[in-house]
Amino acid sequence: MSASPITLLCTVLFGLGVYGTLARRDLVAVLACVEVMLGAASVQLVAFAHAAKVIGSGQAFALVLLVLAAAEACVGLGLVLATVKRAGTQRVDELTEVRG
Amino acid sequence: MTALAFAPWLAVATPFAVTVLAAVLGRFLGRGVAWLAMLAPLSLLAVGVSLLTSPRTGHAVTVPWLLQGTTRVTVGVLGDGLAALMLVVVGVVALMVMLFSVGYMAGDDGYTRYFALLALFTTAMSGLVLSADLVVLLGAWELVGACSYLLIGFWYRRPSAAAAALKAFLVTHVGDAGMLLGIALLWSRTRDVSLDGLRSAAASLPPGVTTAIALLLLLGAIGKSAQFPLHFWLPDAMEGPTPVSALIHAATMVAAGVFLVARLQPLFQASPTASGVVLAVGAFTALMAATIAVAQSDIKKVLAYSTISQLGFMFAALGAGAWQAAMFHLVTHAAFKALLFLGAGSVIHGTGTQELSEMGGLARKMPVTAVTWLVGALALAGIPPLAGFWSKDAVIASVLRGSPLAGVALLLASMLTAFYITRATRLAFFGAYRGGGHPHEGGWVMAVPLGVLALGAVFLGAAGKPIEHLLLGTPEPIETGVAAIAVVLALVGAGLAWRRYASGPVGDELAGGRVWDALKSGYAFDAAVMRAVVAPVLALAGVSYERADRDAIDAAAEGVGRGARGLGALLARLQSGDAQWYGALIGAGVVLLAAAALWAGR
Repeated sequence: MSASPITLLCTVLFGLGVYGTLARRDLVAVLACVEVMLGAASVQLVAFAHAAKVIGSGQAFALVLLVLAAAEACVGLGLVLATVKRAGTQRVDELTEVRG
Repeated sequence: MTALAFAPWLAVATPFAVTVLAAVLGRFLGRGVAWLAMLAPLSLLAVGVSLLTSPRTGHAVTVPWLLQGTTRVTVGVLGDGLAALMLVVVGVVALMVMLFSVGYMAGDDGYTRYFALLALFTTAMSGLVLSADLVVLLGAWELVGACSYLLIGFWYRRPSAAAAALKAFLVTHVGDAGMLLGIALLWSRTRDVSLDGLRSAAASLPPGVTTAIALLLLLGAIGKSAQFPLHFWLPDAMEGPTPVSALIHAATMVAAGVFLVARLQPLFQASPTASGVVLAVGAFTALMAATIAVAQSDIKKVLAYSTISQLGFMFAALGAGAWQAAMFHLVTHAAFKALLFLGAGSVIHGTGTQELSEMGGLARKMPVTAVTWLVGALALAGIPPLAGFWSKDAVIASVLRGSPLAGVALLLASMLTAFYITRATRLAFFGAYRGGGHPHEGGWVMAVPLGVLALGAVFLGAAGKPIEHLLLGTPEPIETGVAAIAVVLALVGAGLAWRRYASGPVGDELAGGRVWDALKSGYAFDAAVMRAVVAPVLALAGVSYERADRDAIDAAAEGVGRGARGLGALLARLQSGDAQWYGALIGAGVVLLAAAALWAGR
C-alpha cells in the first residue's frame, strides 16, 4: 500500500487533531480538534473506498461517522457547558481535581 | 450418713452447685441468698462427719484424665482422715462466718456477690483438701487464691483494697510458681503426680531430687501460709471484710500451706534438709511476727500478725516431724482465731473503727463480744484448760525435742503472744471508752457464731487424742515441764501487758522510738521489698519500654509507615490531574507499542 497524496493529507490532519487535543488549553478548542481527527478518518474512509473501487460501503461509513460526529459534538458541548458551570473555567489545565 | 463417705466428691459438687445457684438466682432471692449459700459449708460438714464416723481406706478414688500413650494423669478424691478433719474445720468455720456475715454485711451492695464468692471459696477449699493428686490440688489451690483475691478486693472502689488484693495475689504466686515447678520436677522423674505415688517416689528418688521437689512445693506452702519471707501480704489482706479475714485469712486458706506440708509428709520425712528448712522458717516466722504484733495499733493487724505467728508454730511442728501436732494446732487455731476475728468484726461493726486507740471500755457495752473475745484471747495465749494450751504445748514439746533453739524461740513467741493479745484486749474492752460512737452488739446472727466458736475454743483441747488417732499417729503425753514453763511465760507476758496498758494506749507512746517504729512497720519489710524487688522491676520495665518498645519496635513500625507515605508522595507527583498529560502519555504509549509491534513483526 503506497502512500497516496490523500492518505498523506489525512495523516497530517489526524496529527494536527492529536496535537491540538493534547496541546490546546481551551475545552472548546480541544473538542474541535477531536472533530478534526474524526474528519480525517472520514476522508480516509472515502478515499480508501474510492481506491478499492467499491461503491457504497465507505461512503455509507463516512455518512454514519458524520452523524456520529454531530451527536458527539452535541454531547461534548453539553459536557463543556456543565463543566464550565461547575468548575467555573474552561481551561483544561485548571481542571485538576483528580490530582493525587 | 455413712453413704456419704463413699461419695466425698459430693463435698465439691454441692457447694459448686450452690455457688452457681446463688450467683444466678441471687437477684431474685435478695437477702435470702445467704441461707442458700450456707448449704455449701453444710455439705462439707456432712461429708466430713460421715468420713470421720465410717471406716476409711485411705485410698483414693480416681478416674483417668489425660491419656498420652502409656503415661496418664488421674484425678480423684482422697477421703482420708486428714481430709475429713479439714472438711469439718472448713465447714464449721465457713458456716459460722456466713451466719455472722448476715449481720455484718447487711446493707452492703455486693451482698449476692459476697455470698456467692464465699460458696465458691468453700468449693475450692473442699477440692483442695479432697484432691488425690497434685494437679487437682494445684487447681483448687489457685481457685482458693482467686477467691481470696476477689474477697480482699471486695470493696474494689477503695484503692487500698484493690492494691491489697493485687499484692496478695502476686506475693502468693511467687510461691505458687515454685509449687508448679516442684510438680513438674516430680512429673519429669516419676510420671506420677498422685499422692499415693508420692510415698514410693520419696523412697526411690535420689535424695537431692527429693529435697529439691520438697523445697519447691514448700515454697507454695510458704506463700499461701504467709511465712517468712512471703509473709507481708497477709496484713494488707485485712482490707477485705472482717468475716472474710476470719474465714480465709485466719482459719482455712492460710492453713492450706500447713495442710499441704502435712499431706506431703512422706516427702519431707525423706529429706532432712527440707524438714530443717520448714522448722527454721516456722520458728523464725513465729517469733518475728509475734514481735511485730506487739506494736500494731489496728486490731485486725494485731490478729493478722498473730495468725502469721501461729502458722509459724504449725510449720515448726511440721519441720520437727510432728505433723499431727501441727494439725491439732491448726484445728484449735481455726476455732479461736476465727472467734477473735469475728469478735473484732463485731467490735468494728459496733464502733465503726479498727484503731485500738479509739476503743476501750467495750466490755460493758458489748458484753457478748467481750466474753467470747476473752475466751479466744485466753485460748490464743495458751492458758489452760482452753484449747490453745493443749495444742501449743504439743507443738512446743515436739519442737523442743527436735531443736532446742527453735523450741526456745517458740516459747519466747508464746510469751509475746500473751503480751500482744492482752494488750489488744485491755485497750479494746477495758478502761474508758475513747471513741466518739455508740458501740452496740450486732444481734443474734452475730452472737451465735461467736458463741459456737467460743465453745470450740474452750473444748477443742480435748480433741488432741482423737486427732492423733485419726491421723494414725501415736498420742503424745502432755509434757508437764514444758507446759508449766509455757504457762508461766504466758502469764508473765499477759501480766506485763495488763499493767503497761492499764491507762489506755499511753504505753505505746511511752515506748516510742526507733525500735517501736521498726516493730510497727513490720521491720520495714514492705519498704525493703519495694527497694529490692519492686523498684528494680519497675526500672527494668521503664528501660524496656523506652529502649525496646518505644525506640526499637515502635520506631520500626512508624518507620515502615513513614517510608510508605514518602514513596506514595513521590509517585503521586505523576498523577497531576491534567487530562491532556495523561492523553499524551497514552499517545506515547501507543506509539511505543506500535513501534515495538512493527519491530517484532519485521
